Amino acid sequence: MSETKTLEALIGEEYKYGFTTDVEYDDFPKGLNEDIIRQLSEKKGEPEWMLEFRLNAYRIWKEMEEPDWFNAEYQSPDFDNIQYYSSPKSKPKVDSLDEVDPKIRETYERLGIPLDEQKRLAGVAVDAVFDSVSIFTTFKEKLAEAGVIFCSISEAIQNHPELVKKYMGSVVPPGDNFYSALNSAVFSDGSFCYVPKDTICPMELSTYFRINNMESGQFERTLIIAEDNSHVSYLEGCTAPMYDSNQLHAAVVELVALEDAEIKYSTIQNWYSGDEEGKGGIFNFVTKRGICKGDNSKISWTQLETGSAVTLKYPSVILKGDNSVGEFYSVAITNKRQQADTGTKMIHLGKNTKSTIISKGISAGESDNSYRGLVKIGKRADNARNYSQCDSMLLGQTCGAHTFPYIESANGSGKVEHEATTSRVGEEQIFYMMQRGLSEDDAISMIVNGFCKEVLKELPLEFASEANALLSIKLEGSVG
Amino acid sequence: MLEIKNLHANVEGEEQEILKGVNLTIKPGEVHALMGPNGSGKSTLAKVIAGHHDYEITDGEILFEGEDLNELDPDERAHLGIFLAFQYPVEVPGVTNNTLLRESYNTIATSRGREELDPIEFDDYLTQKLELVDMKRDFLERSVNTGFSGGEKKRNEIFQMAVLEPRLALLDETDSGLDIDALQVVADGIKKMRNKENAFLLVTHYQRMLNYIVPDIVHVMIGGKIVKTGDKELAMQLEEKGYDWLESLATVNGEKDA
Repeated sequence: MSETKTLEALIGEEYKYGFTTDVEYDDFPKGLNEDIIRQLSEKKGEPEWMLEFRLNAYRIWKEMEEPDWFNAEYQSPDFDNIQYYSSPKSKPKVDSLDEVDPKIRETYERLGIPLDEQKRLAGVAVDAVFDSVSIFTTFKEKLAEAGVIFCSISEAIQNHPELVKKYMGSVVPPGDNFYSALNSAVFSDGSFCYVPKDTICPMELSTYFRINNMESGQFERTLIIAEDNSHVSYLEGCTAPMYDSNQLHAAVVELVALEDAEIKYSTIQNWYSGDEEGKGGIFNFVTKRGICKGDNSKISWTQLETGSAVTLKYPSVILKGDNSVGEFYSVAITNKRQQADTGTKMIHLGKNTKSTIISKGISAGESDNSYRGLVKIGKRADNARNYSQCDSMLLGQTCGAHTFPYIESANGSGKVEHEATTSRVGEEQIFYMMQRGLSEDDAISMIVNGFCKEVLKELPLEFASEANALLSIKLEGSVG
Repeated sequence: MLEIKNLHANVEGEEQEILKGVNLTIKPGEVHALMGPNGSGKSTLAKVIAGHHDYEITDGEILFEGEDLNELDPDERAHLGIFLAFQYPVEVPGVTNNTLLRESYNTIATSRGREELDPIEFDDYLTQKLELVDMKRDFLERSVNTGFSGGEKKRNEIFQMAVLEPRLALLDETDSGLDIDALQVVADGIKKMRNKENAFLLVTHYQRMLNYIVPDIVHVMIGGKIVKTGDKELAMQLEEKGYDWLESLATVNGEKDA
């Protein structure tokens, strides 16, 4: 068989985004204390209330213990040795593309995310975040015509303080968990989106996160607000260079859907995942949560998780409005020494609320892949419904797959269905497809794509082919 | 077309020999039947020809149009025109028949230096082939063998064979688990496909299928060897007398195997 050959050929090109951009950084001391936070806030020219928010979060964080309840083992980050703010020295936020540092511009070109609006997919607006700072946001004017605000969170703090003040921390309070507290204290930038009443956002919105600096952590903050009867679809993508050390990525994403509003949030996460021995890679510890605040609102999370050394991530929906709908579609792929503990929480508070969870975990190499999900039905959530389906697929003999479903119900009229399967990509399946003329890699790719089909079809069309390509690259040569 | 010389094979990593010196020659235009009791090694032979990685060839060779197959992966053998209709067709959830077949057809076409068919041309092509095995269009959009009845799975194998138009088709117990009507459809399909250029090897336990497709040559395999070769009369004899009367032919050096 030819798998050894294929594997070797692919190791070199496996992670295409592992390059580093040589830019000059504004030096910021390592470690964290109140002075650092004050400096950071001052540097960003923030109003007093924002500084207070940060300091409060920092004080909460200092009292908290680092969590360890998940199914992953790693050397915990040295919080004193992280640089909490990292900004390229050139003028951080610019109004014209010509002012963007050519090196950074080129970085995005290489990543396939040209910032030139002429070159972009016509239907997608991008906010480009480089290390801690939003570099450029495309199509701002066009969006403004529709009344949609799409900008960096730093700009929103300056220009739309009433909205930020009202909603930031309303879905994920600073003290929610260890990493949300840390993020609330030190977040550097991120994306902000506001869709006014009765508005359908005219294009896909997207943020592209790039970690470049070896010693900085990345702490972004995303806030999306969809007013009554509005609709928005949002996508985030992520890559990082290959370093031997681990970088911490601790983001917070908050979504607010008001009456009859719908938010669709998709993620293609491809952070560097470390090498064969498990050296290096990103710690992806993010808190993502949405609230269906108004009646008949809907929030849908779709994620394709392929990268990171360790992923701890549970995008959740609080179903507060009556008849509101929460969805979670997830594909998590782990290879080599990667560890992923990911899933969702669906908190049913309103009447006739409905949630759907479809999770597909694929483990290869020596990786470990866990689904962890909570379905909670509150006392006044009459006729709540949940359907969960968690399927795991194993490639090879040395990987692991686990499922941890939790159900808590305080209302007898609720209905919760849970299905789970585990399958191994059989030698017989691969032989069958090779007998029909397909190469081994094509056979595996087709089997895996078939397995994930229900989730992949939820991704915005513009990104479907990117997702398919990513799946194939990730698993090539992974069956020995 | 196919020439097997003194082929010995066992399950990879195990001592026990399953094929113990098989000799078999198949020429274009011929239909061969390979019969024998359970455990005689006939399904193993079909899988070894197709390149199943569970088996290891320890001696002898398999030549396909002069080329040594032992060096080739299963997909490369498929590109040469070897097709195996599986005894237990495999389920592939989420992958439609249509998707798999288009990929298969185009991969094989490319490897033989032919043009690929675009989705519309391919759809026309599939429509003709569906008629051959009397199947409905919705069949194309179902996941490969997933939730199929035993009979549907076997028919699907014949349908795939019709689409891929192999030079040499190995049918591994395609008749088992089929009712008379389905058997008739399968047999008709094979008859329509038969021509001077291609060949078939029907691996079967029963003589039943041979009532519908008359083979040119019948082989009996016992204990990992072909012990007798004849014409269709041999199959009739087996129907009447079973395999017991041939067992003595499988005795090697006074030691009885199988």
